Amino acid sequence: MTDIGEYVLGEPVVDQKAPDGPIAERWSRRRFEAKLVNPANKRKLSVIVVGTGLAGGSAAATLGELGYRVKSFCYQDSPRRAHSIAAQGGINAAKNYRNDGDSVHRLFYDTVKGGDFRARESNVHRLAEVSVEIIDQCVAQGVPFAREYGGLLDTRSFGGAQVSRTFYARGQTGQQLLLGAYQALERQIAAGTIEMHDRHEMLELIVVDGRARGIVARDLVSGEIFTEYADAVVLASGGYGNVFFLSTNAKGCNVTATWRAHRKGALFANPCYTQIHPTCIPVSGDHQSKLTLMSESLRNDGRVWVPKEAGDSRAPGDIPEAERDYYLERIYPAFGNLVPRDIASRAAKNVCDEGRGVGPGGLGVYLDFSDAIDRLGRAAVEAKYGNLFEMYERITGENPYETPMRIYPAVHYTMGGLWVDYDLQSNLPGLFVIGEANFSDHGANRLGASALMQGLADGYFVLPNTIGDYLAAGPFETLTDAHPEVRKARESVTDRIERLLAVNGDRTVDSFHRELGHIMWEYCGMERSDEGLRKAIGLIRDLREEFWRRVKVPGTGAQFNQSLERAGRVADFFELAELMCVDALHRTESCGGHFRAESQTDDGEAKRDDEAFSYVAAWEYGGELPVLHREELNFEYVKPTQRSYK
Amino acid sequence: MRLNLRIWRQAGIAHKGEMVEYRVDDVSPDMSFLEMLDVLNERLTLAGEDPIAFDHDCREGICGMCSLTIDGEPHGPQRSTTTCQLHMRHYRDGDTITVEPWRAKAFPVVKDLVVDRSAFDDIIASGGYISAPTGSAPDAHATPVAKADADAAFENAACIGCGACVAACPNGSAMLFTAAKVVHLNALPQGQPERRDRVLNMVDTMDDAGFGGCTLTGECATACPKGIPLESISTLNREYLKASLKRA
Amino acid sequence: MALDTRTKRPAKTSRAVPAALWRSTIGKKVIMSITGLIMIGYLVAHMAGNIKVFSGEEKFNSYAHWLRTFGEPVLPYEGFLWLMRVLLLVAVVAHIVSAVQLTRRAVKDRPRSRTGKPRGGGYVTFTMRSGGVILFLFIIWHILDLTTLTVNERAEVGNPYGNLVATFDTWYGNVIYIAALLALGYHLKHGIWAAAQTLGVGTTTRNRVFRPAAVLVALVITVGFVAVPIGVMTGVVS
Ligand SMILES: Cc1cc2nc3c(=O)[nH]c(=O)nc-3n(C[C@H](O)[C@H](O)[C@H](O)COP(=O)(O)OP(=O)(O)OC[C@H]3O[C@@H](n4cnc5c(N)ncnc54)[C@H](O)[C@@H]3O)c2cc1C
Ligand code: HEM
Ligand code: HEM
Ligand code: SF4
Ligand code: F3S
Ligand code: FES
Repeated sequence: MTDIGEYVLGEPVVDQKAPDGPIAERWSRRRFEAKLVNPANKRKLSVIVVGTGLAGGSAAATLGELGYRVKSFCYQDSPRRAHSIAAQGGINAAKNYRNDGDSVHRLFYDTVKGGDFRARESNVHRLAEVSVEIIDQCVAQGVPFAREYGGLLDTRSFGGAQVSRTFYARGQTGQQLLLGAYQALERQIAAGTIEMHDRHEMLELIVVDGRARGIVARDLVSGEIFTEYADAVVLASGGYGNVFFLSTNAKGCNVTATWRAHRKGALFANPCYTQIHPTCIPVSGDHQSKLTLMSESLRNDGRVWVPKEAGDSRAPGDIPEAERDYYLERIYPAFGNLVPRDIASRAAKNVCDEGRGVGPGGLGVYLDFSDAIDRLGRAAVEAKYGNLFEMYERITGENPYETPMRIYPAVHYTMGGLWVDYDLQSNLPGLFVIGEANFSDHGANRLGASALMQGLADGYFVLPNTIGDYLAAGPFETLTDAHPEVRKARESVTDRIERLLAVNGDRTVDSFHRELGHIMWEYCGMERSDEGLRKAIGLIRDLREEFWRRVKVPGTGAQFNQSLERAGRVADFFELAELMCVDALHRTESCGGHFRAESQTDDGEAKRDDEAFSYVAAWEYGGELPVLHREELNFEYVKPTQRSYK
Repeated sequence: MRLNLRIWRQAGIAHKGEMVEYRVDDVSPDMSFLEMLDVLNERLTLAGEDPIAFDHDCREGICGMCSLTIDGEPHGPQRSTTTCQLHMRHYRDGDTITVEPWRAKAFPVVKDLVVDRSAFDDIIASGGYISAPTGSAPDAHATPVAKADADAAFENAACIGCGACVAACPNGSAMLFTAAKVVHLNALPQGQPERRDRVLNMVDTMDDAGFGGCTLTGECATACPKGIPLESISTLNREYLKASLKRA
Repeated sequence: MALDTRTKRPAKTSRAVPAALWRSTIGKKVIMSITGLIMIGYLVAHMAGNIKVFSGEEKFNSYAHWLRTFGEPVLPYEGFLWLMRVLLLVAVVAHIVSAVQLTRRAVKDRPRSRTGKPRGGGYVTFTMRSGGVILFLFIIWHILDLTTLTVNERAEVGNPYGNLVATFDTWYGNVIYIAALLALGYHLKHGIWAAAQTLGVGTTTRNRVFRPAAVLVALVITVGFVAVPIGVMTGVVS
């Protein structure tokens, strides 16, 4: 399995910053050992933060408070609109306010296990430690978490967890957390520590003498190409789920920022680990532009079922209890409807493959609230899920209080991303990567309500502590647009834009994106196989070649041009898609969000191969063939076991 | 379905705009309004015309980016629904639909249906926050919050900053937006220390940005996709008056 | 408002209270509602006084006399009346100046929807503003008519009752007054409710009372005033 022709094997990569010693002390040790920046020097040091989501927004605000000069970027018209705003369900924290046996160690344990033993223990433990501070921080900012009548915070249990550790704000947790970070960011803008560049898209990373020193961005309103320098660059640009075209991500989510950095030498880790969310509203037709997630919290009270017989086309109400298959409760009695996402998604795919799916095209399963309504009363169900039910009705025209919802899995989150060390620094000095954009702490599968936790942990607490260790050596040499590296970076951006505009072909950007998404969903989606992936790589290459021959991008680069924005993003998705398939192809085991048809147990469960694959796959950009660098994973505290939720 | 569209086209801030008519065939009732525009844009692109620029991102009613005035109503005819969640099943074959950008002095048109709402960010920057530097927070349970206050805060925190309230207001007033943030933060115990400066500074910035005053016509609350209540404006006024008097 | 780079720091309020109130849109509205309420207070009393025409000429004229001698000898003749006039004048000027400034701010450079479909809120602002203009013109006419007696054809100093009957014996007198009173009714229907919000006393529960209460007060004031011309027209008062 060493060389299958799709990649080259390189040297192993090691996390130089990882502290050792007892796991519970590693984070405080690292903080103590890291160099500090003299407060007077902070004013002389500048940091670029690309992205204003939970990760970027919280990082920029905190760095600003610390006294650094921050330059913040987002492609939306306001930092408040970053995609984090869409998160519904909640955020985990090991507060143990419920006295139900939770602890930092349990959250750590659950996350490592939930990630199917493909995450770093040290990182995950730090995440669990910091989770506690996040809730304190957000409450102090005025984030309106749900509260009990006594005035204290309410929590709920969330996919895959047996303790109630998820804090929430109705179905709008992400929005409320993001607005908290956004407000802190705006406070720093007013204080003059942050310079905000909204409607700016980063299109290139500037690397000088081996250090990340700036970015090239396009002003999306005027089209002007714009360079910005700093002593360090932080990428917090979110996930790349939109490579599938249809996903629950916002339309603008892209891989451009991280992909450009990858092309400049940053390693891209585990690109194939994608999370498919089990509870989304099914596709209704070809016009569909995105998929809408229904919060996973619905699984707390809703019961998932399909008809026992294939091809049963009766209305759900006409199917008697005895002819329904509550398959999650049947197959996984211990966890029932609350099994982790990957398991719930695949189970849904399996029943649909058996012809037992419901709704248009048989691509859907029921999520039924009639029991919950009988048990708790309609008012209680409405209080908990009212806005989600409304949203469902608005989109589908069906009333979930009366007919069960139809749900189907959809791409939701990408565990892969740029490789970072314990300090969240990539292999390129001065380039830090936080939030969903890095390969993160979730291993091969992320537990529900943990992305918000990671984004805020990185932004509020981890990065501001670790970046000083790097910046203590600064400030670095002053740069101007005349520097050859800068000129090269700018030219590569303008050339690309010109190339895109020059094709002037006969197919729209979206038509390519849609087709690419189809290929990815078909062959690199919920189930992957050797044959399918090889086919996909061929198809992607052909389509990419066609893209550069036939794409039509109207208008010019010197204007507000949304087609051009999309074209640039899709061009990068093509390159990423290929790497995702190569990564999926080389990992012949099943783990977490990556399910290989060839690697399953007799009863169809995912089978890991710890002997061969207990590593992070960090890919170096190699032009023709990507180069694989492995980072070995060691488990001292949580011994790998085959995950079982039965 | 077939639809006739009248859409505002404007090349840029300094340009004059005009209404242009388009026809879209084969609209499916399951499409969202923006998906219908996507279809039109695909066609325009292939015909070598400039596609219509419009703002959008999440397409699920939460980011507040989408912003169309549809037949004179911001976010269209359906209550509590953003443009991106408005579905074509609410229209009939042959309907003529007029689509315009938000119209307000403080929101200049960037291109076609895209406007600049950064005045909202300025309002928040002038006081729409609680100063809690990272790391300085006490335990989350140190300050219980009465359920009623928590609920009031939440109801107002639901604002997505879309600007429909301004577009709906005959005076182009940003009172509902400003009120939502002031009420959210001032309802919470954590928001008390900055209570007065917050409201004074935010109202000041709101006025400076060129928004109109409020005649209490209530159009804003009707247009608001997140149901921010009109009463919040009354609370804002109260907070403002109290803060002004306290300073005397 | 910058399109790309936002680094501007918003100014902090640092003005003295009256100036700050006068400068802000909310402050101006507060001034409008307070002056409006003063005028309402006056109008309630004025209406109650007017109702006395139904008790006959003597009672009404002695009431007018009482108004002028009220507070004597502490106040000079017409002293109370003049105090009131000053207060009213200040109120009406402040009310009008604020109204004009806010209106100009609201319509200046305000891009309009091209659909031509009027929005509901446009109706309320329209009636408030046009109603205000009608009231302004009316007040001038009314003072010329019944206080200075300049335009009253059968004026007789010292006989307010007779002057009043004289006004409503003419068709145009009735038209002018009744039109103005309808404008007043509309103005108050929205104005009273709005004043409650502007002064910050409106809450979800209270507004359930304020809305109908505003309509009721507007109705009582309008009906109370309209009763006089109707009385003259029907011959109940002559
Ligand atoms: C529908 C949905 C529901 C979810 N629910 C939950 C949940 O309940 N709990 C949970 O824990 N997680 C949830 N998640 C996952 C979680 O929301 C995300 O993983 C997380 O918010 C990512 O935050 P981020 O800060 O890394 O990136 P984002 O919030 O995605 O921010 C990316 C930022 O980068 C900017 N950007 C991107 N590219 C560029 C560029 N090229 N140039 C300039 N700027 C750029 C964008 O403008 C934006 O500001 C959900 C995700 C989705 C899609
Ligand atoms: C004399 C000419 C008048 C003019 C030009 C005038 C004009 C206006 C206008 C334009 C408004 C709405 C202001 C806004 O919200 O922007 C208003 C409000 C109001 N007016 Fe008048 N008005 C006049 C007389 C009166 C009188 C005589 C009364 C009472 C008896 C009155 C009572 C009120 C009240 C209570 C309000 C509501 C204030 C608020 O919204 O808080 N007005 N007026
Ligand atoms: C049918 C309706 C009305 C009648 C019969 C009426 C009658 C009168 C009379 C007789 C006077 C003179 C009183 C005196 O000099 O002793 C007067 C004065 C006055 N009225 Fe009216 N009035 C009416 C409506 C109104 C309305 C609607 C307003 C205001 C909006 C108003 C405002 C005034 C004012 C300001 C004065 C002058 C007070 C002064 O300075 O002496 N009146 N009115
Ligand atoms: S108050 Fe309502 S309409 Fe106004 S910005 Fe907020 S959500 Fe939009
Ligand atoms: S519509 Fe405008 S007038 Fe006031 S009540 Fe709303 S801001
Ligand atoms: S696109 Fe996000 S709210 Fe409409």
